[in-house]
Amino acid sequence: MHIPDGYLGPVTYGSLWLAMSLIWFYASRKIKQTLKASEVPLLALAASFSFVIMMFNVPIPAGTTGHATGAVLIAVLIGPWPAVMAVSVALMIQALMFGDGGITAMGANCFNIAFAETLSGYAVYRVIAKGRDASLKRQLFGAGAGAYIGINIAAFLTAFELGIQTALHTGPDGRPLYSPFPLSLTIPVIMTEHLVLFGLVEAAVTVLVLSYINKSHPELIKEMR
Amino acid sequence: MKVPETKKLWIGIIVMILLSPIGLLLPELFKAGGAWGEWGPDEIEKISGYVPEGLRRLSEFWKSPFPDYTVRGWEEGFRGYASYIFTGIIGVLLVVLIAYALGKILTKNRAQTLNGKNGNT
Repeated sequence: MHIPDGYLGPVTYGSLWLAMSLIWFYASRKIKQTLKASEVPLLALAASFSFVIMMFNVPIPAGTTGHATGAVLIAVLIGPWPAVMAVSVALMIQALMFGDGGITAMGANCFNIAFAETLSGYAVYRVIAKGRDASLKRQLFGAGAGAYIGINIAAFLTAFELGIQTALHTGPDGRPLYSPFPLSLTIPVIMTEHLVLFGLVEAAVTVLVLSYINKSHPELIKEMR
Repeated sequence: MKVPETKKLWIGIIVMILLSPIGLLLPELFKAGGAWGEWGPDEIEKISGYVPEGLRRLSEFWKSPFPDYTVRGWEEGFRGYASYIFTGIIGVLLVVLIAYALGKILTKNRAQTLNGKNGNT
């Protein structure tokens, strides 16, 4: 899901860089209002977890690979706007240092994974596990369902952005200038991968880590937002 | 909230870095390629028969120091796994540094007002 440089034309990467700049600005303001100075290490911990979990590539036998992102897990633990920032930092270092995702495409990747996945998954979690008195089981289910839906929304946006390039930009010879794959290819391929496997991986990681933290740091689970 | 001792969770991050080559081994074992739609220009040419002009141009926009989590000359086999752990350490250090700095900057004013209210914290 990390779109490399060259796949998106300037219309798409430009508008998503702009959108993401506004989102970062808003997220900063929300963090200023809600994050306590003593919670800063948790923000750093969350960002590093997102970075490392994305190194665990999961294969589709004889096919492609994908991985979890931790986005919804982080949102549940430290709140959605700090999570947007934490995952953005991980994506930024991946692009700058390791060529994992492009620089021109960084706005798009952050929009899909750090923003859309985090916020949509978190919304699902809140609907299912709303209220402080929700049982642990219900909270875990809500977080898992949110993780599954969140990563699939990110996958859909990625497939959509890749798939519209053939319609947006063609050269004088009529050939695509950027990603040459049409929507009729990107949507079925990327969505099948994520609906069948990577979404379940994301949900499993989310539920397992939350169950572990419930045993090791129950005070963190009590504070789940 | 009372922020808990997070040492154990940081150890978890270190353990994950050391285990990260699993993320290379499993795909090799199951003969899976890279992620769909993250190919370089050479692979695009194999798939489509040509490289779109804009894609060729933009794909050279940035040269990362450790492409694909590898150290130059340490790409294959065991060295690839060592590279993966090494670049994982570098990545985590940078991510922690930036997230920590960002958090400090964003909570700066808040910390002052909180400290002003109850000086014993």
